[in-house]
Amino acid sequence: MSLAEPAVIRQPGRRYGLGRLDMLGLVAFTLLAVTIGMALAYAPRELIQGEPQRIFYVHLPMALVAYLAFAIVFVGGILYLWKRRPVFDIVARSAAEIGIFFTTLVIISGGLWGRATWGTFWQWEPRLTFTFILWLIFVAYLMLRQAAQDRDRSARFASVLGIIGFLDVPLIFFAVYLWRGLHPEPAGMPQQMAITLFVGFAAFIALFAYLLIHRVSWDLKRERVEDLYFALEERESTT
Amino acid sequence: MRQHISSAAVDETLALGRSGARSDLFGPLRGYLRQVANLLWKDLVIELRTRDAVASMLVFGILSLTVFNFAFELRADSVLLVAPGVLWVAILFAGTLGLGRSYSHERDRGSLEGLMLCPVDRSAIYVGKFLANLVYIGLSELVLVPVFASFFDVPVLNPGVIAIIALGTVGFAAVGTVFGAMAVNTRAREVMLPILLLPVLVPLIIASVKATGLLIDGEPWSQTWAWVNLLVAFDVVYLVASFLLYEYVLEDWG
Repeated sequence: MSLAEPAVIRQPGRRYGLGRLDMLGLVAFTLLAVTIGMALAYAPRELIQGEPQRIFYVHLPMALVAYLAFAIVFVGGILYLWKRRPVFDIVARSAAEIGIFFTTLVIISGGLWGRATWGTFWQWEPRLTFTFILWLIFVAYLMLRQAAQDRDRSARFASVLGIIGFLDVPLIFFAVYLWRGLHPEPAGMPQQMAITLFVGFAAFIALFAYLLIHRVSWDLKRERVEDLYFALEERESTT
Repeated sequence: MRQHISSAAVDETLALGRSGARSDLFGPLRGYLRQVANLLWKDLVIELRTRDAVASMLVFGILSLTVFNFAFELRADSVLLVAPGVLWVAILFAGTLGLGRSYSHERDRGSLEGLMLCPVDRSAIYVGKFLANLVYIGLSELVLVPVFASFFDVPVLNPGVIAIIALGTVGFAAVGTVFGAMAVNTRAREVMLPILLLPVLVPLIIASVKATGLLIDGEPWSQTWAWVNLLVAFDVVYLVASFLLYEYVLEDWG
């Protein structure tokens, strides 16, 4: 794709400086750096868990962004089956990819924290199990996309799986909590911790929006190139 | 188009679907049910003549019980601990095999395309296929569960456990019927079905194994109840969702 990308897509009248999207990316990465700085220096040391607790300020926002991504896959799937506009499918597909990326990071960062606090990388604890099963469902989602033979079928099958997978969320949640018993929730936190966490949320939501928009526009361009190639081939074969 | 459809059952479905008495209020419903019954009958006749799905499920199920026997060395003290898991893994693996079989012959012969040309509702095709899969899995369980009970000497042949198995099987077949249709239309058909199916089935697996275990241990129903609720919720959610989504899977078969 990289071969054909510039010449075909560049449209007259578009500015090639720092666009709005680049600004969003800049904001996202700045906030990310601020979050990491605040998590390390500003937020107070947690009394029981100690230093490893600081990973929480990136861990929790990433988890929420991952869940958000899967909700977008669900909504995108419904809209695609209903309206049949390819853009809905592209949004769903992009959100799934980014969602898997963040879920993987959530599991890795959780494992690091677990190693320091529980002494083991993995525990079949409700929240971990829940996240891991979501990860498996959306890995299946991407594998299904790979295995479906054409664009239309891949979009339809993936939409169906995205809907069925998301409907599973409350069931999985209920099942794993019932399975392992309820886990104590954190009972409130000092202000510095809350502020750091809040900045973390902002950073990861901005990062997510940046990646999603980037990915979607990239895919739209790619599909346009594919269509143009196809049209060109057809014209050559007829003349 | 009609000459392409060789199966007599399909012609019958066509005729019955149309002639459903429309004068009374339940006419359309009766027509729909007849379509479903004919679609189910078609699958059962194929199964009776080929004995493809049920036979392979049974042999595979019994084989997995045998493998578990060696894998876990089910001795008297540990047998009750792992028994529910062994039973459910055998059922799920055998069932997954059967779900795949029930679509692969449709694809090989192009017979589902014929069905799609018929004036039957796509959801009727789902209900027929779902019921057929339910019968296949149910039939293999009919042998598998008693074999399991006698192999490992576990008291599973009581109404409670049988009800749990029935509830679990309904949810399993409901999701499996949709995923089976998707998997058979992809490049990696045989691998795709378990990859799609097992993660989504996790709540059902947890609930079934837990409920079966509690009942084998002779715990009171009050403890099992939460799991039964979860199973019922799973069944309802996925029966409805699959019923609505199936037509999008069928759109361009083959």
